[in-house]
Amino acid sequence: MTPSYLARRFFHALFVLWLSATLAFIALQLTPGDPAQALLAASGATADQVAARRERLGLDDPWLVQYLRYISDLARGNLGYSWLHGRPVGRMVLEQLLPTAELALAATAVGVALGLGLGVLAAVRQGTWVDVAATAVAAVGLSTPTYWSGLLAILFFSLQLCRFPAGGEGGLRHLVLPAAVLGFALSGSIARMVRARVAEVLGAPFVLAARARGLGARRVLLVHVLRAAVGPALAVTALQFGFLLGGAVITESVFARRGLGRLAVEAILWQDLPVVRGVILVGAVAYVLVNWAADVLQAWLDPRLWEERV
Amino acid sequence: MIEWVAPRRRPLPRQPITLLALAWLLLVVAVAALAPLLPVADPQAIDSLHALQPPGIAHVLGTDFLGRDILARLLWGGRWTLQMGGLALSLAIGIGLPLGLAAGSGGGRVDALLMRLVDAWLAFPPLLLAMAVVAILGTGLVSVAVAVGIAAVPPYARVARSIAREVRAQPYIEAAWSIGCSPWRIAVRHVFPNALPSLVAFTATQLGWLLLNGAALNFLGLGAPLGVPEWGSMLAEGRGYLRAAPWASGFPGLALTLTVLAANLVGDGLQEALG
Repeated sequence: MTPSYLARRFFHALFVLWLSATLAFIALQLTPGDPAQALLAASGATADQVAARRERLGLDDPWLVQYLRYISDLARGNLGYSWLHGRPVGRMVLEQLLPTAELALAATAVGVALGLGLGVLAAVRQGTWVDVAATAVAAVGLSTPTYWSGLLAILFFSLQLCRFPAGGEGGLRHLVLPAAVLGFALSGSIARMVRARVAEVLGAPFVLAARARGLGARRVLLVHVLRAAVGPALAVTALQFGFLLGGAVITESVFARRGLGRLAVEAILWQDLPVVRGVILVGAVAYVLVNWAADVLQAWLDPRLWEERV
Repeated sequence: MIEWVAPRRRPLPRQPITLLALAWLLLVVAVAALAPLLPVADPQAIDSLHALQPPGIAHVLGTDFLGRDILARLLWGGRWTLQMGGLALSLAIGIGLPLGLAAGSGGGRVDALLMRLVDAWLAFPPLLLAMAVVAILGTGLVSVAVAVGIAAVPPYARVARSIAREVRAQPYIEAAWSIGCSPWRIAVRHVFPNALPSLVAFTATQLGWLLLNGAALNFLGLGAPLGVPEWGSMLAEGRGYLRAAPWASGFPGLALTLTVLAANLVGDGLQEALG
């Protein structure tokens, strides 16, 4: 793989991140209300104290100065301080990152496995009832809100069958239902992409050549066709990462799990804007990194992509 | 999307499932529009003596934990959910469409600049971005609609751009250039009408997504004020009585899922019909 391709993709990712951070800064600047007032509201501070805090936070500086300070803080990993708790936002986000990452990872595993299975099945049995059924399952997965399928899952597997805990965390058993619910929602778009891709590859000359060389249908499917389908599936999964994070937030709420979701919802209800900004910035960083990694992986799988421009 | 069979167009009348989905969407819209005129109970009327009643003759879909009629709340709830979806959709189109068309028909530096902006916008996970907008605007049904709409702008701009670029590569656009049409005239008279079918198909799919996310914010308690029958909030209210009254969250969930599914199917069907 050419280093210049990697470098180009990396700088592009960095540029996108800088622009996202700038958008977040502008949005917060345009928000009415005085941060110093918000910070001290609970303590019943006097006007003088608020003014002193404004001074200390540098809120009276020109926008450009504030912006440069914000960017240099970000570059050093400082996300600012919560208006509600006064704690560093970076640490608050970091504490909640792990449970969310755990759920997202497990859901991705479920979604990719289910999506690949459904997509390949539908493509191989094109036009039959198997295809119709698999496509229908994918469409339902795409359309069902996780906050409803989650409740249904709780109703059947926790309340009726008493198989899995209805919520909370601790151990693998608590992860099964949320990961299944979120993974099912994710599988819909993956299955669609895989179906289209596999169906296309099945007609490609190299598949015919492999069959002509006497390779069995199963071997051709598993080795040749699937390899070609994995790349696009990867790309869809990476693009769906934003959806995954959003879905994780909701799933956490349904199953009463700790994580970024609870942090964000609480911050919104209290209008604790630095925390909200921290959460979405971390989401953007994760999204850009994941997509950069997917680009690199895809280029590794398919050398033809090296030549393409950014 | 990648074509996997020989490009095959199927006109709408020959797609029974799409027609069914379209009929469901129209029914939901009609019911939402006519909710005040329908002979159903008052969706806000509290009747604690008949709380959590199963579906029956008096209450066709049962009652919730305050004894409110679920059918009535469902019909009125569609009104809120659809209004929110409509407002969000018009916002996404209003900003995303000009952005995408400008980038797609402008090309060159304009294109590069606008698309980097869209990339940065797209980097925020959509639901989190919508939540952030709610944080700035404050909770409420309108801010949820605005938030979800703003989060939906980048995909809309991207699709509009790629469709516009596709159209721009056609010979008739070159012909229009060569007879001296202005760029503005080409964008409005030639690119836009020819991009319209694909845009309509995408809009249907987008509507499903907007409804899903808007109701999600309501489910999280960031939208509708307490007591307003919105599908997402109804789901949230019913979750506390999952075992005693599964219908309280079941019916709004079903209504939402069917509507989103219908929007997605209509989008797919239109795409297939228009090629």
